[in-house]
Amino acid sequence: MNLFADAFAWLFDPLNWQGSGSIPQRIAEHLGYTAAAMILAMVIAVPLGWWIGHTGRGKELVVGLTGAARALPSFGLLFLFVMLVGVLLREPAAVVVLMLLAIPPILAGAYSGFEVIDRRTIDAARAVGMTEWQILFKVEVPLGLPLLFGGLRSAILQIIATAVLIVYIGLGGLGYDIVQGIELRRYDQMLGSALLVIALALVFDALFALLERWAVPRGVRAGRNTDVRTTPHGRRATAELSATT
Amino acid sequence: MTWVFNNLGLILELTLVHIRLSIVPIVLGFVIAIPLGWLAYRFRLTRGLILTLIGLLYTIPSLAMFVILPPLLGIGFLSEANVLIALTIYAVAIMARSVADALASVDPDLRQAAVAVGYSSWSRFWTVDLPLSGPVLLAGLRVVAVSTVSLATVGIVIGVQSLGYLFTNGYERGILASVLTGVVMTVTVALVFDRLLVLLGRWLMPWTRLGRSTGSNAGPQEQETPATVPAGVQPVTKGGAR
Repeated sequence: MNLFADAFAWLFDPLNWQGSGSIPQRIAEHLGYTAAAMILAMVIAVPLGWWIGHTGRGKELVVGLTGAARALPSFGLLFLFVMLVGVLLREPAAVVVLMLLAIPPILAGAYSGFEVIDRRTIDAARAVGMTEWQILFKVEVPLGLPLLFGGLRSAILQIIATAVLIVYIGLGGLGYDIVQGIELRRYDQMLGSALLVIALALVFDALFALLERWAVPRGVRAGRNTDVRTTPHGRRATAELSATT
Repeated sequence: MTWVFNNLGLILELTLVHIRLSIVPIVLGFVIAIPLGWLAYRFRLTRGLILTLIGLLYTIPSLAMFVILPPLLGIGFLSEANVLIALTIYAVAIMARSVADALASVDPDLRQAAVAVGYSSWSRFWTVDLPLSGPVLLAGLRVVAVSTVSLATVGIVIGVQSLGYLFTNGYERGILASVLTGVVMTVTVALVFDRLLVLLGRWLMPWTRLGRSTGSNAGPQEQETPATVPAGVQPVTKGGAR
């Protein structure tokens, strides 16, 4: 446990919180790559996933992609991309690899969010005269949000975890301190920065878990459309359901 | 291509090492996940505890995991045990949820029927619940196998040999063929594991084959879809409101 005490001492040492290569700078780098990759992945995968979910075309693509992506070693992809585009372009290469990793879970989340909607709900929306765009944005998107957020949550975890490895292609991020600690045999530094990475991942996981919960309309939170009454009784029933399932 | 031919021996050796490094966590993960998954399925209290805990474990990035395990467990930082344990933890994290979902997927009527004809809960678990949850278990195990094979490459950063050696060594020496071979071989091993598990599943669960041939007009492709889609989505939605 002494090692952990040393790690916390390293973490809270004011010297490590200022200057170049300081902890805040590493966190900023880490979050910078994460945000860039995440935004790009969302811009591509969310509309595509919704389109696949809405039209039903290209389902096999999603299933195939999510399966294949799991088999791809992200660590190897980082090296591969940097070698392909050249060391000078390693920053964009890293962002592209991180983005590629995030696309399958987001695509799966966006698509399966639509897929789980009861077809009768959509037929009903069409029957009351909604246009396809209205069906998309007023019915499918809100109902599909829980699974979409699940997909985003998984994607950002994947990105944060892989961004730890970009130090091996000569970039920064929180992995830098871990690897430097390994090389200098400074256990306090490697353990301290490892704990920092874990904390960062947990914070984002919790953040997206909250989003998953609260950005979703009340009626959806039950996960079923058997009881959509808004009477106090119905509300309580759905709340209980969401708490226990 | 010349590089590949000149290094066939190395590639083969690393592939075998990689397979050995991946099989242990897959098997251990499966075995450990069954009681955990059962606990998560059976009691509401343990369900919340176990699913939250494995959700948190799964969140830990691999490099950080390699760093925090040694002081916690008293093992060597550069040891193979470090990588094996880390990979097993990830395998358990994915698989325990699958086991819980798989047991919940068993038709309650069948369970009642088993109780009615006099099965004790112990024998019912092994002879009714577990075999019937086979298809969902298999879907989970396939995810575990593929991601373990892919993740095992990271072990090279603490000096544990695997196909990951082709990445780091190839990158340092500027040999693109080496890195590419590493990626291709890792994916190949993962896909072979996946196929073998599917074949094993067909052999152990002949009734799923039967259901497939009598299914109205759903082709094999469509039959496989539900098995893989939830499997892909399950780890995605881990630890949440599920």
